[in-house]
Amino acid sequence: MGLKRPDLETKISNLLSPLVVAGAGGALVLIALVPQLAALIREQLQANLSPTAAAVAASAIGVGATVFLVGQLPVFLIWFERKVAAHIQDRLGPMRVGWHGVLQSFADGIKLVFKEDIIVNGADRFLFKLAPFLVLMGAFSAFAVLPWHTGLVVSDLNIGLLYVVAITSLGSIGLLMAGWASNNKYALYGGMRSAAQMVSYEIPTAIVILSVVVQVGSLNLQDVISAQLGGFGNFANWHIFRLYGLNVIGFVLFFICGLAETNRSPFDIPEAESELVAGFHTEYSGIRFGLFFLAEYGAMFFVAGLTVVLYLGGWSGPFFEGPLVFFIKTLALVFVQMWLRWTLPRLRVDQLMALCWKYVIPFAFLVLLVAALASAGAS
Amino acid sequence: MSLDAAAVQQRIEAKFPGKITSAELEVTDPFLVIDNAAIVEVGTFLRDEPELAFDMLHCHSAVDYLELKEPEKARIEVVLHLTSLKHRHWIVLKVMLPRDNPKTPTLENIWPTANWHEREAYDLFGIEFEGHSDLRRIFLPEDWAGHPLRKDWEWPDEWHGIAVKPDEKFSQRAMEGENIGVGPFD
Amino acid sequence: MSSQTQYKDLEPDEAYAFKPEDLEPDEMILNMGPQHPSTHGVLRIELKTDGEIVKDAQPHIGYLHRNFEKHAENIDYQGVIPFTDRMDYVGSMNNSLTYAVAVEKLMEIEVNERVQSIRVITSELQRIASHLLALGTYGMDIGAFTPFLHSFREREKILDLFEWLCGARLLYNYNWIGGLSHDLPNQWTDRAKIFLDQFEPVIDELDNLLSYNKIFTKRTADVGIIPPERAVGYALTGPNLRGSGIKWDIRKEDPYCGYEKYEFDVPVGQGRYGPIGSCWDRYYVRVEEMRQSVRITRQAIEQMPAEGDVRETVPKRVKPKPGEAYGRTEAPRGELGFYVVSDGGLIPYRVKGRSPCFVAMSIFREIAKGEMIADMIAIIGSLDIVLGEIDR
Repeated sequence: MGLKRPDLETKISNLLSPLVVAGAGGALVLIALVPQLAALIREQLQANLSPTAAAVAASAIGVGATVFLVGQLPVFLIWFERKVAAHIQDRLGPMRVGWHGVLQSFADGIKLVFKEDIIVNGADRFLFKLAPFLVLMGAFSAFAVLPWHTGLVVSDLNIGLLYVVAITSLGSIGLLMAGWASNNKYALYGGMRSAAQMVSYEIPTAIVILSVVVQVGSLNLQDVISAQLGGFGNFANWHIFRLYGLNVIGFVLFFICGLAETNRSPFDIPEAESELVAGFHTEYSGIRFGLFFLAEYGAMFFVAGLTVVLYLGGWSGPFFEGPLVFFIKTLALVFVQMWLRWTLPRLRVDQLMALCWKYVIPFAFLVLLVAALASAGAS
Repeated sequence: MSLDAAAVQQRIEAKFPGKITSAELEVTDPFLVIDNAAIVEVGTFLRDEPELAFDMLHCHSAVDYLELKEPEKARIEVVLHLTSLKHRHWIVLKVMLPRDNPKTPTLENIWPTANWHEREAYDLFGIEFEGHSDLRRIFLPEDWAGHPLRKDWEWPDEWHGIAVKPDEKFSQRAMEGENIGVGPFD
Repeated sequence: MSSQTQYKDLEPDEAYAFKPEDLEPDEMILNMGPQHPSTHGVLRIELKTDGEIVKDAQPHIGYLHRNFEKHAENIDYQGVIPFTDRMDYVGSMNNSLTYAVAVEKLMEIEVNERVQSIRVITSELQRIASHLLALGTYGMDIGAFTPFLHSFREREKILDLFEWLCGARLLYNYNWIGGLSHDLPNQWTDRAKIFLDQFEPVIDELDNLLSYNKIFTKRTADVGIIPPERAVGYALTGPNLRGSGIKWDIRKEDPYCGYEKYEFDVPVGQGRYGPIGSCWDRYYVRVEEMRQSVRITRQAIEQMPAEGDVRETVPKRVKPKPGEAYGRTEAPRGELGFYVVSDGGLIPYRVKGRSPCFVAMSIFREIAKGEMIADMIAIIGSLDIVLGEIDR
């Protein structure tokens, strides 16, 4: 067999993959330089515009940058997950589209956009169309309060943690809506399961968050991070090392709840593919399915990011600090999530509930109690 | 203590005289032919008698004997292969049924596994098992015509528009000496 | 029998065993299959559910029915072998072996020792391959994806060996009546030994990956319990029966192919994480059986005579005298039997396949009641069914 002339796809992918790799590298550099960049932009805006206009323009740029980043993250995370899964399973994963398959997610995205958008007969058309957007909104709006650095947050809300708890619940309504509107029994089961699961796990999530709030005395996420600065090597003050080691329990509980809230394995019973075919998104196709997918990976990243903020010092670090530190820590937690997914079997729905009500909630209350007593003693 | 077929026959004879209509003990798998009316009693006895303890009905088949040359011998046989896990012996029972309108009492109350086996025999042979709890076709569609393992069953031309009839009978070609299929001979 | 009757068209709800009008409030009919990721083929199960609880379950089979037995009545004795391969298509070696054993019993053929040893080797390797598939997919049913690929990696190696042996990877047509289609290729046994050496530690690896996982034991150890007396009553065989704690193995009780020469244990369910006869017990019996199969294969390779014609006793013309015989072997899924009736002609008068999966499926309704939807998958997987064999 002689050498074949490369076809168009190969040419395109050969051209694009260095670009993508370079782009990813550039993005990392950019993330590292964001504080300087932001300061520069802010300076320029303040010099040239009135104070009100400068503030509006600054937040517009912040929103735009976050939306762009959040939109690109799942693309990277999907490729990352496939690679992690493949190497755990002793295979290579995507290798064909670009260098080590880096373009795979783009190709899949293009495929999803061009696929036929099917709405089944008997579906509740309005809710069916609304559901994916609601899920996506719930996952991505939460990024508004996620701090990347001092002053580098879209909206520095005083009640940031309350906002997080509230806005992430929106997703469960979306999933229930998707399950109901599909006019499919499997989808209905998926929707009901996800509603039950999320409502249950929101309670320990809120309690664990509260235990951190009690220690910090603020609902603002920047304050949570400031409370963890300093100490030996600039990491000894992280929450995870405090409260007589009890915060380790809090950290683990929060991580478990995060897995459950994002429907990740071993808590992926709403979409349990071996039982419910695909759960709530059984009837979705094309880009509507893609939106669910994006939302899942966005939520994964957000939950990991929130864990980093609450327990691992956010953007602070032993050697240097900034958005890149935050990004790397979050990515490490995301990797743990993937690792668990490809290792553990799935729980059954009653075991999931038993775990929540019998073990997670009592321990969450214990952490909260000790945190409250400790802070009462300190003040 | 395992028993051979003759010993089993003796015990059944002692308990139910005259219910074994015939027996063949000199072949590879010795079998006893049981009177159709007595099969439930004999089966219960075989299962419950501690010396016999045939607790597993491990195979249940039916065979259609068309016997074109001797029409009076035409019959459908229900063949039961019984095993005793306790004594590690086994026996073959047969029940002879008439070809038209074959009926026999169900054995599912003795060996629950008979439930599906009898549905299979009903499906493919048209044997009616009296007292069966759920006698429906098991493999073929509910509206299939006839019972295909009967020797005089004929292919329908089509089923809901699907052609099902083969062109030529392989058996005839084989009988004429043609080498069909994948045999060991090149 | 008139055959050209008019077919009536069925009403849609005639395909359902449960009628909507009989349902209690809160109950729902859920149709699982025939297109479902975890029914291991085209199995359809009708569930009557109350929320997550299954009130009743009715399996519907026959979507893959080819009427193998009718085929067998229309083709000569050797020609049946490829059809048997297609019954349990992940355990083909054992199927054709069983049929060959049955017809040899009918014709009173004694195969020579080399053939017997090769048959033992191939059928034990096939058992390992089949159990690997069963265990891998069982992990996947419970939600663990990774053990599936690891076990398939090992299964590939066995399929490679078989491909080298007879050119096919799935449907071998290797066991013939009275012999084998080919002798072993040169150095095949060396390669098989290398495989066994590297495979034995992998069993422990798979074991650690899945068997003792807390979630896995929780999901399987208290589910789908078959008490021993029900298992016997339903005539379960193979790992399903042994999972209920009953020591019954055709290789020990009714040896064929010289199994009495080899030393091996028959693992039974111990009830380590719950009552005896649970899904976990059935699963773990398969893991243990792979270890025993490795042992048997090693011994068979050691004891195999170096010389011998594998076609020595292959009859020129398969024409048994009138009579009948029931041949049975221990297939990966349990006792596989063929009841062959001869009328003295060139084609079998009747071939009945006694398939272990058909029997295993018949107990499903009884053990499914009262469990949860997720447990249905666990039970089906633990019974290790192959639809090609259920429907035949």
